Amino acid sequence: MLHYATFVFLIVFSTLLVGANKIVVSPSGEYKTVKKAIETAQPGDTVWVENGTYPEYEITVDKPVTIIGEELAIIDAQKRGYIFNITADSVSIIGLTLNNVGVSFTKDYAAIHTHNVSNFWFEGITFNNPFFAFHIERSTNGTIKNNIINGNAVLEHDSGNGIHLWHSSNIEILSNKIFQMRDGIYFEFVKHSKVIGNESKRNVRYGLHFMFSNDDEYKNNVFENNGAGVAVMFSKKIFMRNNTFQLNWGSASYGLLLKEIYDADIRENEFVQNTIGINAEGSNRVSLEKNNFMNNGWAIKFLGGCYGNKFIENNFMHNSFDVSYHGNINGNLFDKNYWSEYVGYDLDKDGIGDVPFRPVKLFSYVVNQTPETIVLLRSLFVDLINFSEKVSPVFTPDNLRDNHPLMRPVK
Amino acid sequence: MIRILKYSFFDLMRGRWSYIYAAFYFILGYALLFLNNDVSKAVITLLNVIISLTPLIGVIFGVMYYYNSRDFTELLLAQPIKRTDIFLGQYLGLSLSLSLSLAAGLGIPFIVYGLFQSPAIFDFLSLLFTGALLTFIFVALGYNIALSFEDKIRGFGLAILTWLFLTIIYDGLFLISMMIFRDYPLDKFALGAAMFNPIDLSRILILLKLDISALLGYTGAVFEKFFGTNLGMTCALGLLSLWVILPVMRIIYKSGRKDF
Repeated sequence: MLHYATFVFLIVFSTLLVGANKIVVSPSGEYKTVKKAIETAQPGDTVWVENGTYPEYEITVDKPVTIIGEELAIIDAQKRGYIFNITADSVSIIGLTLNNVGVSFTKDYAAIHTHNVSNFWFEGITFNNPFFAFHIERSTNGTIKNNIINGNAVLEHDSGNGIHLWHSSNIEILSNKIFQMRDGIYFEFVKHSKVIGNESKRNVRYGLHFMFSNDDEYKNNVFENNGAGVAVMFSKKIFMRNNTFQLNWGSASYGLLLKEIYDADIRENEFVQNTIGINAEGSNRVSLEKNNFMNNGWAIKFLGGCYGNKFIENNFMHNSFDVSYHGNINGNLFDKNYWSEYVGYDLDKDGIGDVPFRPVKLFSYVVNQTPETIVLLRSLFVDLINFSEKVSPVFTPDNLRDNHPLMRPVK
Repeated sequence: MIRILKYSFFDLMRGRWSYIYAAFYFILGYALLFLNNDVSKAVITLLNVIISLTPLIGVIFGVMYYYNSRDFTELLLAQPIKRTDIFLGQYLGLSLSLSLSLAAGLGIPFIVYGLFQSPAIFDFLSLLFTGALLTFIFVALGYNIALSFEDKIRGFGLAILTWLFLTIIYDGLFLISMMIFRDYPLDKFALGAAMFNPIDLSRILILLKLDISALLGYTGAVFEKFFGTNLGMTCALGLLSLWVILPVMRIIYKSGRKDF
């Protein structure tokens, strides 16, 4: 809050220095609508919106202005369309509340829509029932920070995304809270952008959705209880660090879905209580290090076309199945992981088990063939067949093993 | 009945077998926790032990207690006491003392290792509860077997066979039949077949706590309804109590008609 106050102060102060004007919008003052204030403003002016509810929509911002809302300044679009349409560079919007954006099946109505702009700054905005909250098109060098987005999405086809980026680059998305939208954060053709410290929960589809977006980074985010978890698809060089993926339950639900991914770096993430921790299909040269997989149904499920992925120093703890695997080894490597299922010994006391660990159980193969057999999980008979398969592998890939299983979890 | 129950219960608690049984669980619990130092992991390991061992001990003790206390039972039958009271009293006394040994034997090491600070406490309690239910079920089955067969060897043989069938053979047949008929919709069959085996039922009861995320991985409306709502828990608990009630009713019926 202090941060926000100093920021507002700085902006007001700097406008005073430059000699820019401050235009006050209030329900009883000279300017009763934000639209009117922006029409009369000069480039560089500040539009100060006082407390009150303003029933407005389709506000075009075509000059570089700063729009600041007081704590209870609400713009209500009454389900009729966009709220802000931004077509100028260097626009800032700070601390407003934007309610009830229109819903449409042909147009992506958004509370804040930018097209072909750069250097924008959107901070501390609260959205209630936005169809889309942010729709950023063909824009560069922007910051979206500390916003709260409360959606009411129920079905995928008639809801929109929280922060939707398309064909953009160098955008920073910091510390936003996104609830119950379709996708919490959606990237399509987005480059060199950062997603840091966000919370994305209870979204109908994905908490975070990457499509065709290269060289991006996301870290310190929490993705919880989303319809299908987080999806990273058709992208290269994505860096994922220190995120938490949890409680994504359902038959098509994943902590993290990797599809057609190249050269990603996934480290120090937590995957807790997901039906599937990581579902990898066509993912190549992905390096996974120091992640925690805890209490998932399947920690990692490999489908086809995965080449050269490396799992090093991860903790696999209390998952119903650690790894489910199809096909050949294809250069995928498991090394120096900690497996809570490991029962080997360490005679030379170097912290590395002397017997290799095979993470694929026979029962995981059986469940792939006949999914209903899941009701026999942890039955004594299943343990017996798992044991006999472990002694002499027939169905499970013989060479899929961790040759240096750790005796203690990686800190 | 209460007097007979009390007598049986204290007689058993004074006996050496209750102590050995409790000591076994005590050592097992301690060893598990000493080796892992992780309460959640120990609970998972215990699941298998409890689910296979309590039925074995229950059914063997049930048969053994009946055969051993036969003289005393005959003495009691000569007194003006209802038969139902005698047999139910003995049955409840035995089940209670075994459950108590289980709870005390496992409870103490887990409490020492900080069960109350651990999030696994509810998993542990449901494990103990399931273990106690299984004890009641299998002691009743053992009593039924002993009442039906005068010959001790046959009684013991059948008791062990019952245990072996319900813990391993049943699941094996179940798994193989599902794999053979995998082209057909199997979700109703899978749940239905699990309902007929008390060991599978109690395993599912615990899976609902430990592995719910994996159970929800299968696409199927029946599964989703069963595991995703409280239906699964209610169903399993209801059927398990039925598994106690039916054998107990047979004990009453059989003992009332038996010629001693």
